[in-house]
Amino acid sequence: MSVASALAGASAKPAGKRPYFMDPAVERVLAITMAVAQELAVARERIDTLERLLERQGVLARAAIEDFTPTPAEDVARGAWMQEYLNRVLRIVQQEGEAAASVGDLASEDLASAL
Amino acid sequence: MVAAAASPTAPDRTDYDGPPDYRAVGRHGVFPEVSHDETARLNFLAHMNRHLASRVLPHVRAAWGARGERGFVAAHGRPPADRHELRRALLSEPVFQTWSALRRMTMEQRQQAGRWVTLRQADKLAARAKELTDGDSRLELDPSLAIPRYISAIDNHCMPGSYHAELFEGDVSGAANYDHGLFATTGGQLGRFSDGGGHGVVQWMRRHMPDFAPARILEVGATVGHSLLPIAQAYPQAEVVAVDVGAPVLRYLLARAKSLGIDNIRAVQADATDLRRFADASFDWVQSTMFLHELSGPAMRAIFAESHRLLRPGGIMLHVEQPQYAPDMPLFEQAMRDWDAFYNNEPFWSTMHGLDLDALVIAAGFARENLLHGGVTAVVDKTVFPDAADDTGEDFGRKAAWHIVGARR
Repeated sequence: MSVASALAGASAKPAGKRPYFMDPAVERVLAITMAVAQELAVARERIDTLERLLERQGVLARAAIEDFTPTPAEDVARGAWMQEYLNRVLRIVQQEGEAAASVGDLASEDLASAL
Repeated sequence: MVAAAASPTAPDRTDYDGPPDYRAVGRHGVFPEVSHDETARLNFLAHMNRHLASRVLPHVRAAWGARGERGFVAAHGRPPADRHELRRALLSEPVFQTWSALRRMTMEQRQQAGRWVTLRQADKLAARAKELTDGDSRLELDPSLAIPRYISAIDNHCMPGSYHAELFEGDVSGAANYDHGLFATTGGQLGRFSDGGGHGVVQWMRRHMPDFAPARILEVGATVGHSLLPIAQAYPQAEVVAVDVGAPVLRYLLARAKSLGIDNIRAVQADATDLRRFADASFDWVQSTMFLHELSGPAMRAIFAESHRLLRPGGIMLHVEQPQYAPDMPLFEQAMRDWDAFYNNEPFWSTMHGLDLDALVIAAGFARENLLHGGVTAVVDKTVFPDAADDTGEDFGRKAAWHIVGARR
């Protein structure tokens, strides 16, 4: 079986109409969020495995993670990463803010008919 | 025989009430390879199911008690008349909506996770099943068998392709998906080989019929044989026949059983409503485990009648099922138990649990004084797995605690 058919088959819909309990748009976002929550748990478990293996092999004491304090330069690098990250995740909030303040913004539908 | 994976060290369980790590699940010769991250995905799902049952579901009950029932009475001037009316009223309760949406998604995620594991290695699994069953006369498949509509129209528990779909010749991926993911759905309540139900049946038989020595045992709706194997092991002198409509599950069942060193099982593809291939009075025991709710009314009646025909005088019929909706069961509980019928693709569940099964068993030819009743809970290795008998919580319809619907011929 090809990877493409395994991918399609893995997420296949079962026979029978799906019930919705909420506004379908909300339920759709919740379903995606729960899948992401699952993947976060998977990533967290992998980090935990890694830490425990490193400790077992004497590479790292896990207490060192709890005691970790970044140097000033590390602090800046990590803070900058966090700013960039939030900027990326909250893109739509920024764009909706810009839209609220914009005057004369056209919809493509409107301009298309005039072109 | 394939060596089972070593159990992880049991943690201090004194105040831990969650499921064990997925690595506690027993491996066998056709068990799929499950990677670290795939294991973590199943761990998440087992915990989600436990969380929804123990931490979210109580809020559904509380919300119904605090405002749902009152709201219904205010609108209708009376309490709900039956479980259907109550369930429809619950649909507008936000706490029920959230719990339901999450429960449905968790099942869909479980199917997705398990299907990816098994589809990515479908060829390898098929080859392994073939190696274990090729030329074995105990695998009797019937490609001409029609799959009943109650199986094909709606895929049970949101499992695409149900028990019968075959993606290619020799495919067992659906069976492997069902088998290795049962842990997640039950939060570990079925034990190491998802066989806690079968061990529970054996325990019940040892207590109530200690001298029963069957020569031939039939299980209908056997799927991958997870509930049947403990019975086959407990009665090694018996010839055990597993019947199912799905070819993939039967192929997998025989391969799985053989790799675990169990050799007294035959896997026969047939519709349990018509087992004319077996002679009258040719079995001592007809068994099914969590099967009746996946049938239809006519099919269940036909299976009771076939059970009666196939049993020798003195033989026993045991169907192990979730409890019936007795008149003293609160309507709220009935409505919640109906959830799987309407929202988890188990459409016969509701009708079936409302029927007078004793009357149907009698109508199939059994005498009233020979009816069998009792309770069975999953029997698991309590040092690692959660024990359903000790659990005072409720996960309507999902808890590993069942009733016996049966009779002596």
